[in-house]
Amino acid sequence: MRGRWGYAGFAVLVVAVVIAPLLSTNYRTFQLAFVGIYLIALLGLNILTGFTGQISLGHGAFMGIGAYVTTILVVDHGWNDLLTLPLAGIVAGLAGLAFGLPATRFAGPYLALATFAIPLSFIGLLKRFPHFTGGTLGKQLPTAQSQFGIHTNPSVWIYWVSWIVALVMFLLAFLIVRGRFGRALQSVRDSEIAATASGVSTAGVKTLAFGISAFFCGVGGGLFAIAVTYVNPDTFPIDLSILLLVGIVLGGAGSLSGMIFGALFVEFIRITWGPALLDLFSQVHHINTRAPGSSLVVYGVVLLLVLYVAPAGAAGLVRRVLTGKAAVAAWAKQGRAPAEDQV
Amino acid sequence: MQQFFQALMSGLADGSIYASLALALVLIYKATEVINFAQGEMAMFTTYIAYALLTHPHFGHTLSYWPAFFVTLAIAFVFGVGLQRVVIKPLERASVLTVVMATIALLVILNGLAAWIWSPELKFFPSPFPTSTWVVGGVHISKQDTGTFGVTLACVAVLWLFFRFTKLGLAMRAGAVNPLAARLLGVRTSWLLALGWGFAAVLGAVSGMMSAPTNFLSPSMMQAVLIFAFAGAVLGGLESPVGAVAGGLGLGVLLSMLGTYVHPVTPELRLPVALLVLLVVLLIRPAGIFGRVVVRRV
Repeated sequence: MRGRWGYAGFAVLVVAVVIAPLLSTNYRTFQLAFVGIYLIALLGLNILTGFTGQISLGHGAFMGIGAYVTTILVVDHGWNDLLTLPLAGIVAGLAGLAFGLPATRFAGPYLALATFAIPLSFIGLLKRFPHFTGGTLGKQLPTAQSQFGIHTNPSVWIYWVSWIVALVMFLLAFLIVRGRFGRALQSVRDSEIAATASGVSTAGVKTLAFGISAFFCGVGGGLFAIAVTYVNPDTFPIDLSILLLVGIVLGGAGSLSGMIFGALFVEFIRITWGPALLDLFSQVHHINTRAPGSSLVVYGVVLLLVLYVAPAGAAGLVRRVLTGKAAVAAWAKQGRAPAEDQV
Repeated sequence: MQQFFQALMSGLADGSIYASLALALVLIYKATEVINFAQGEMAMFTTYIAYALLTHPHFGHTLSYWPAFFVTLAIAFVFGVGLQRVVIKPLERASVLTVVMATIALLVILNGLAAWIWSPELKFFPSPFPTSTWVVGGVHISKQDTGTFGVTLACVAVLWLFFRFTKLGLAMRAGAVNPLAARLLGVRTSWLLALGWGFAAVLGAVSGMMSAPTNFLSPSMMQAVLIFAFAGAVLGGLESPVGAVAGGLGLGVLLSMLGTYVHPVTPELRLPVALLVLLVVLLIRPAGIFGRVVVRRV
């Protein structure tokens, strides 16, 4: 979002959000609601991965924490579902800070491998304390009802709630990354040594970025629970965490607007785009394109191709078309640390 | 006392599985500073290949266990070298993060392929060892556990002999310590990296085939093992092969002891405990127990 073009682009997004449900069936509107929810999570993860250069393979679990906070407050304590959202974000954010405090003191690969353990540990914890979380069966929420005197279909209601929250979070992410703090984040990504020399506390900045990203994911997770009306330990598998990271890379790490494409990808690759792509091949070779695992193969291959051909993702491709210059992914720019750094 | 020895033995058996996968991770990490996230899925995939060799007739007949075991190791080696050449080599000049993303793409692809080819249902995988036990001084020692421990450590020992006593092993160590100097001395470092991937794949195949009889065969069977291996490798020091083996064994014994003596630690808590170990080690001694502290000048 740069200057006038950025504001114009945001206005176009708002118009698209208003028009989309008018042109869609209820089912499609419901799917688009999830695009908004994933957008919130991706915006958060992008602050950590795209802007600060730290890979996380565990943010699906922070969505899970948000979802469980919302579910437990609504089901066991009778809260209004919308009021639980800030708390879902805050609890997930605090969990992110607590995890980031030790984990972010270390260079890239250590953090990535530590985060890989979060989703699996989270599932273990949910099953260990069933009286609180509902155990393997999970918990059922009531179907979301439209509020404030508005009477509409639940799908449409969920769509509006998710996208209004998503647009607010989009502005919030914009405010976070453009100012002084945003520059500190990017300095950590581009050169930790230079950042330290300039007086940036790299561990502090990384921890804070971890907490903020977990906050975004928690809010998204709370909305996710309201939308699917059901949470159990299998709702937030490690696959979701990986898919979020893939969404970041495909959308364009370090680009806020690219996350809209990333969110579309996350929602549609598994059930719509993946099988459609495979169908193109199945006419040549006789393969079962609806078999389990087939869409995973498709999106893994897509990710690999993007890494080779367009490391800056969709946002980089758009910029290339507009400016004629190849964009390099912000987080991919940082090369191997030169040998002189190590004594 | 009997309970103690049984917990120790089953901990060592689990630990040796973690240790061989941890060693695989360290092999690749030492050479390229890349954590190979696909290591677990590579192990899982080669275990499915062993399963196919054991159950489907090839050229008219199925293989018995040990021939299938060694054929799988050979296939795993070629598979590892091939993945490095085809997938990782083109990214040689890219940043570490890009390569890590590529290994994550591999993880997704292999996981999907296994479910696609062999279906995601749990499968029974045979064990070469009997389920009976030896009784030594009133202590029941499981033949399964002892066999797992023996086979895994034998493979690790063979690899150690290779690195210690062959010219190629020396070249690989040189390439890991200082790639530039090794290249100037005529070592083809790029192919050595491929060789490293091959050995890592072999170690993974061993850990997969040893863990499948007790954990069953499924596309997600190695995800938890990979995390235990990570934790073990960090515990020992990601830079140190000896540390990785010791860390893997130590973690296996620790988890087994906690499961036996500390009742709130149910099987669901094994992973959270491993994560806790990982974080505490990173906080107190980031280089691990056997690791060398790398100083970065600011």
